[in-house]
Amino acid sequence: MEPTKIIEHTGGVIGASWLLIALPLLGAAVLLLGGRRTDKFGHLLGVATAVASFVVGVLAFAQLMGFDPAERRRAVPLYDFIPGLTKMGLLIDPLSISFVLLITGVGSLIHIYSIGYMAHDPNRRRFFAYLNLFVAAMLLLVLADNYVGLYVGWEGVGLASYLLIGFWQHKPAAATAAKKAFIVNRVGDFGLAIGIFTIFTAFNTVSYAGVMASGEHPSQGTLTAIGLLLLLGACGKSAQLPLQSWLLDAMEGPTPVSALIHAATMVTAGVYLVTRSGAMFFPEGSTAAIAVTIVGVATLLAGAIIGTAKDDIKKALAGSTMSQIGYMMLAAGIGPAGYAFAIAHLITHGFFKADMFLGAGSVMHAMNDEVNMRKYGGLRKVMPITFATFLVGYLAIIGFPLLSGYFTKDGIIESAMEYSATLGWLAVLGAGITGFYMSRLVFMTFFGQKRWEADAHPHESPAVMTLPLIILSVGSIFLGAFLILGNRFMTFLAPAVGLPEHLPSFHPFSVAGLATLALVAAGVALAWFKYGAAEVPVTAPRGSFLTTFARRDLYGDALNEALFMRPGQWLTRLAVFFDNRGIDGLVNGLAAGIGGTSGRLRRVQTGFVRSYALSIFVGAAILVGAWFVVGNL
Amino acid sequence: MNGTIPAPTIEYALLAPMLVVFGAAIIGVLVEAFAPRYLRSSIHKPLTLLSLAGAFVITIWQARTGIPTKPSAMGAVAVDGPALFIWGTILVLAFVSVLLINDEGHFVASASAVPGSAEEERALSEGAMHTEVYPLVLFAVGGMLLFPAANDLLAMFVALEVMSLPLYLLCGLARRRRLLSQEAAVKYFLLGAFSSAFFLYGTALLYGYAGSVDLAKIGAALGTVGGQDTLLYIGAAMLGVGLLFKIGAAPFQAWKPDVYQGSPTPITALMASGTLVAAFGALLRVFWVALGGLQWSWTPIMWGVAILTMLVGAVLAITQTDIKRMLAYSSIAHGGFLLIGVIALGDQQQNASALSALLFYLVAYGFTTVGAFAVVTTVRDAGGEAWHLSRWAGLGKRRPLVATVFALFLLAFAGIPLTSGFFGKYAVFQAAVDAGATPLVVVGVVSSAIAAFFYVRVIVLMFFNDPAADGPSVVIPRGTWAVGAVAVLATVVLGVFPQPVLDLAHTAAQSLFVR
Repeated sequence: MEPTKIIEHTGGVIGASWLLIALPLLGAAVLLLGGRRTDKFGHLLGVATAVASFVVGVLAFAQLMGFDPAERRRAVPLYDFIPGLTKMGLLIDPLSISFVLLITGVGSLIHIYSIGYMAHDPNRRRFFAYLNLFVAAMLLLVLADNYVGLYVGWEGVGLASYLLIGFWQHKPAAATAAKKAFIVNRVGDFGLAIGIFTIFTAFNTVSYAGVMASGEHPSQGTLTAIGLLLLLGACGKSAQLPLQSWLLDAMEGPTPVSALIHAATMVTAGVYLVTRSGAMFFPEGSTAAIAVTIVGVATLLAGAIIGTAKDDIKKALAGSTMSQIGYMMLAAGIGPAGYAFAIAHLITHGFFKADMFLGAGSVMHAMNDEVNMRKYGGLRKVMPITFATFLVGYLAIIGFPLLSGYFTKDGIIESAMEYSATLGWLAVLGAGITGFYMSRLVFMTFFGQKRWEADAHPHESPAVMTLPLIILSVGSIFLGAFLILGNRFMTFLAPAVGLPEHLPSFHPFSVAGLATLALVAAGVALAWFKYGAAEVPVTAPRGSFLTTFARRDLYGDALNEALFMRPGQWLTRLAVFFDNRGIDGLVNGLAAGIGGTSGRLRRVQTGFVRSYALSIFVGAAILVGAWFVVGNL
Repeated sequence: MNGTIPAPTIEYALLAPMLVVFGAAIIGVLVEAFAPRYLRSSIHKPLTLLSLAGAFVITIWQARTGIPTKPSAMGAVAVDGPALFIWGTILVLAFVSVLLINDEGHFVASASAVPGSAEEERALSEGAMHTEVYPLVLFAVGGMLLFPAANDLLAMFVALEVMSLPLYLLCGLARRRRLLSQEAAVKYFLLGAFSSAFFLYGTALLYGYAGSVDLAKIGAALGTVGGQDTLLYIGAAMLGVGLLFKIGAAPFQAWKPDVYQGSPTPITALMASGTLVAAFGALLRVFWVALGGLQWSWTPIMWGVAILTMLVGAVLAITQTDIKRMLAYSSIAHGGFLLIGVIALGDQQQNASALSALLFYLVAYGFTTVGAFAVVTTVRDAGGEAWHLSRWAGLGKRRPLVATVFALFLLAFAGIPLTSGFFGKYAVFQAAVDAGATPLVVVGVVSSAIAAFFYVRVIVLMFFNDPAADGPSVVIPRGTWAVGAVAVLATVVLGVFPQPVLDLAHTAAQSLFVR
């Protein structure tokens, strides 16, 4: 089944869905423009706009569900955006509304959590302003009914991400990480921008509806080029190979940011882009779609391997995020059979990863912002709520049967197996590594001996922080089963992304499923022997070549430095040299020359009237002579 | 030839502005002769201002009742659109300059006394002042009015002398730095006489060529008289020397820095604005009406003169340390920019736009330069005005308003947008590009860039350097205050909202010069 037609819509909550974006945007504007005057209530306003946006989202969802499934793609025209190029409008359909609920729902929880987490930060108001700005931009990204609107949101979330990674800009590492994220994203954004230009050239429109209904039939090469360019954009934003290097450094930002932006929402924008453009530019089996699956598999393995070696709890989680998004990309590349699983996994991942990031934040909060897991240990007794909720997230991500991750990840593996056995088995392998590195993280943090610093006095976090954890862990338990069983989510999404020819059915005891469980169990057992039962050294052992390989992020940074940074530095040095010696030399020389001329000419002005008269006479003689010559030519 | 001389017909109404000014000047002389010394000043001041204002009102009235299409006074004077516009401009600038002159302390008590002598001491202690300044200024202004309107070379020569002679005198009347002032007067007089001789000799040669001193007749003779080209070329060139001297074009610019520096600053303001406007009016009339048919031969020469003038003005200004000399070189450079407008000749339409650009530039530059010299009069040391640039350091911290106003004038000189100077330059350069003189415009832009350096240098000096401990004081008398306000207003209004004056200049230029 193909995606259904988009219907113009006015009235109701959907007609007013611009409020979704306007509310957090207003919050950001008030907090940023109001300055210190809004310090007192800034965090409350930030939470209020996010929650209000969530309420609007729920109401819009309710109205959407009232329509017949074939009429659930509603376009809400807003205004003439760029005259002659595109109008601005919002597209409310099952795909975008899923994102809206995730962004505003999880976003609201993280806003609430941040009240506690940022309580002692003098710039808490600014933090909430940026969070609101992010929510507004992200909603624009998923709600825009055209690629240019999406691009505006895309850059908006990039800006918010930059501002929030570098929120503690007094730390050089944070400032550098923010810059790195921004620069790496620039590469992807260029790809996206050129892709959109190409779309406009090929179809003479940039709206989704326009492209779908377009009578133009560009060549296969053009379509592939557009697909690959969009994929480049997706790789940048979603930290997929080869543009993955920024995500690990981005963990320098405050932990709620890592949870919201760099785990639950923004980094999934690439998956959204591929899914949204799926029918148009990533048709089943096309070159672009195959490229998506390969990128996905490579990243899911790379992320998992990086995750095994990190001692920094947030970086281990970041590697895991990379890996999980790799799963989503893999599914999105498969086509209609995979879209529902990609988005379902995206949503459940949003819950359990946010849950774990916030849990990690809670741990850090208790441990004087220590992030090194080798200095944790035995925390399950002092932080029972954090431990319990974290445990739920952990079980969900490794695919413990009947929890959220089990259903969604298994769906991806099954459809990948059907698509290509090689990719399928690689995905299974990834699941096994996931079992290992996540167990390592949990064992090192919550089990074993205390390896705390002397001045650490861990304690459970306040309710404003644990409550969101509990809500998120409830989602981590049940959401997967709810979405996947009976193909509920697949049929819900169908109007937006289409349906595969035959619906998948859930087999709990398929070969792939059993193999996955076995590998995960092996991973957990290995982690238990190495980190649960055995003593964990406080300083990391040197480790083998492979460990170093993983610790150094698979030499991704080294590669970037050798390929781009060093040549770039040489280029700038060369440019500076030419600027100083060549251009500046010319300009300064010119200035010096004029000054010198001035000084010399000045001596002609002797002050003697006789020499002035002589100069007039000579001048007159030249003038007369010249006129004579010219006149007689 | 029946031996009778026809009585000349004179259109007194058309010449009324000039007659008012000259009449007031003569009354001023009578006042000097008969009124007691203590009354003279209080008679002169209102008389001078009223006559200038009256002449301006008459000029406006004439412009509104219809511009004559034929020369007046037996062909000796041409009261046409450009002339009326120039008259209005000169009268307003002269009025403003007289406000500056009115403020005490610029003029010497007894010019004939040897500087530093006992006679001078006595004259000073008596509180005397040369009130002859006022009639002299009026005569000079009368000459300025006649100069651009003169339609034959003899009338023009008379106007030149009527304008120049009082100015020579006025230059020597500075109260402070007497020797410098007297030196300026003598230099100006000697060189002015020298250049007048060129003008007169050129007139004689052109009469020899065309058999007439009437500009239109010379213009008509260009194509018809054969075999006399030597007379024509040399005559035209010498006439050009006389006129270019007055506007201070290179290589005839040498007098300008010395004279501008030595003269009493209000007189410098009058010369830098009024004389320049008048001289450009006359230059345009001669080169367009009389020598328009010879354009092919004088254009290359004027190119050379314009380029040299712009570069000499801009380059030499860089190393000046005296604020008045710097402004003098700036005035030379602006003369070069204005010459570009003279060259931008073409068809009827092109001429009108070039002429209107030039007229606008003259108005814009005139006001700004009077304002700049007015500010110069306010910054004073114990020994008079503080001319050395180093004394201006940190003025922005001590007197921010004065420094800001001066900075505005400097930016206008540099041609920064939102000041009148920008539109003036823009209009002239635009006209020149339309006339195909793009290389000239390139040189103009380069010179502007060089010139911007020393304007900005003064701004940096005023605002970013620390003031000296014994820095100059700033004294702003009422008249000077008014002059500054008018100049600021003109500079800003013409920079932000130039259209009315541009339209006015365009209307004036539309009729072009009568023949």
